[in-house]
Amino acid sequence: MANENVRMWTELNIDLKSHDMLMNALGPIFQEVYLSQKNRPAGMGFYDFVVGDIHGIRVKELREHAKTGGKVVATYCVFVPEELVWAAGAIPVGLCAGTQFSVPIAEEVLPRNTCALIKSSFGFKLGRVCPYVQASHLIVGETTCDGKKKMFEMLGQLQPVYVMEVPNKKTERSRELWHGEVLAFKDVIEQLTGTKITAKKLGQAIDLVNKRRLALQRLYNLCKVRPVPISGKDALLATQVSFYDDAQRDTQMLNALCDELDKRVAAGQGVAPKNAPRILVSGSPMAIPNWKLHHLVESTGAVVVCEESCTGTRFFSDLVKPAGDNLDEQLKAIADRYMNIHCACFTPNDERPDDVVRLAKEYQADGVIHYNLQFCHTYANEAVKMAKRLEKEGIPLLRIETDYSDEDAGQLRTRIEAFLEMIKH
Amino acid sequence: MISVGLDVGSRTIKVATFDTAVRDCLVTETGANPLRRCQELMSGINYDRMVVTGYGRHLVAPALGGEIVSEIKAFAVGARHLYPDCCTIIDIGGQDCKVILLTDAGEVQKFEMNDRCAAGTGKFLEIMADTLEVKISGLGNLALCATRTVQINSLCTVFAESEVVSLIARGEESGAIALGLHRAIASRIATMARRVGTRKRVVFAGGAALNPCLYRLVAEQLEVELTVPPQPQIVGAVGASILAQNFH
Repeated sequence: MANENVRMWTELNIDLKSHDMLMNALGPIFQEVYLSQKNRPAGMGFYDFVVGDIHGIRVKELREHAKTGGKVVATYCVFVPEELVWAAGAIPVGLCAGTQFSVPIAEEVLPRNTCALIKSSFGFKLGRVCPYVQASHLIVGETTCDGKKKMFEMLGQLQPVYVMEVPNKKTERSRELWHGEVLAFKDVIEQLTGTKITAKKLGQAIDLVNKRRLALQRLYNLCKVRPVPISGKDALLATQVSFYDDAQRDTQMLNALCDELDKRVAAGQGVAPKNAPRILVSGSPMAIPNWKLHHLVESTGAVVVCEESCTGTRFFSDLVKPAGDNLDEQLKAIADRYMNIHCACFTPNDERPDDVVRLAKEYQADGVIHYNLQFCHTYANEAVKMAKRLEKEGIPLLRIETDYSDEDAGQLRTRIEAFLEMIKH
Repeated sequence: MISVGLDVGSRTIKVATFDTAVRDCLVTETGANPLRRCQELMSGINYDRMVVTGYGRHLVAPALGGEIVSEIKAFAVGARHLYPDCCTIIDIGGQDCKVILLTDAGEVQKFEMNDRCAAGTGKFLEIMADTLEVKISGLGNLALCATRTVQINSLCTVFAESEVVSLIARGEESGAIALGLHRAIASRIATMARRVGTRKRVVFAGGAALNPCLYRLVAEQLEVELTVPPQPQIVGAVGASILAQNFH
């Protein structure tokens, strides 16, 4: 299998030497962060297997798909309506953007004072270390932040890129603009695949993605229980894998995991002691393999019970309303659903603090950690409003600004420990 | 029962022993091998329980058999012990600075701490003292004697140093540069303190509280009176020694 992977990576024009270094670095990190956890659900075995062969088996599936003329569409953001990709017989994959490894590569081109997520994703392409990028026929970007917008222009010189315009306000005019963007994206995908998207196919795709969302909702709902049956790290990993695994298989795996967790809950079995502080994480997404904050929090005796982010609730809390077999209505329902993601790219975005307050209550959180990547101005500034709101609600808050490097791990640990001491009494 | 509080900071290690009151206190350099230094320090002390805090707590506590608390909690408890009416603590240590707000009951209500770099910390002052060729203990007085000041725009240790070097090259007097540096730090600390809020007695702790110029400027900027303990560096160790009394 190893040789087969090497052959595949060579065909994909991967920089094998650099890629080896990445893979060698990932193993020990995964061991420390994930495999050393005690009392893990058996259902996590699937996700451990996926990460264990992270650039192997799934890439191979995508390549098989491509060999028969199928297309692979890569994305970075939860705003890109994946239903349209599935409906055209193409496969969407959410790309990795969560490691320090590719940051120095990107810094050869991009300004240093750019968020780690942008640098990491660009570095993966520039350094040719991600087979998912290499295997994709189109990368779909979006205008959720200025840094990304400009990065996509540069990325477009290396590989075909299409950018969707996400509006900045939530007015009627903005909704119209977004609706138009969804229609235009449909044309782009049809052109790429040479397949006409029909109401029947789109209906099936809506159903496919909704089912995965429901499974993720089910997983999260199980985390509302005290003691929580699964660690925040594991819930995060399951969510991260959902971005690039086959939707149908992923839904099955998620539901199997949840069946097991149901039994744990019935038996009152938890992964952390009943009195372990329960943390709600809110803010920037945790792109795979960024497990830094969750690991710091959970190795300090607390447990992450919910994540209000694009690798958490914003990814799956809303479904696309089924719209029968009317294509126009389906497209409208898709546009409405995606426009309702409470991302900090919007102004104003008062629904997000409302969500955090509601989620903190639903998940019995003892405190909120607001996390934003350094140089992510939208989330950093929205944190000010969030802090005021949470103070009013009497919900303790710790604000953290960091990146993917480990240089601030000591200071972060001190602050997290102090925060947990503070909310424990 | 004799308890020990050990505060393993980035620049200095502080030890406090406590039985019915604080007994001995000691401050020594951390050096390159804090664990060995701590082992040497503890070999001469008889104690029943120990709590370790500070940057090296996770290194030292497992080896010496102590419990761990964060610096924030240790400073809160220590400052409260020294001044029962204290509700705000400003601590500037070797590589971090923090502001802690306490409830009337003495619980930590809110805190802020620098994220990652040494901007506005003791280390920053040390490097600047070096550049100005004065001892760290004399830096504050040099600034206080200045007849004029300059604006220092950067708080990043690296950028500020090059800013200082260019001021020196311009022929600027070192007193004025020293005062400018102190003003920059004081303003950063004051901003952090205003974000957290200050209440009742404000205790100024950590090694930087020994600096008379910083003391005066922070008080001026915040328009509050600051209380500096007789040994401002040992507040965290004292807090840890008291916490050790109650640890089960």
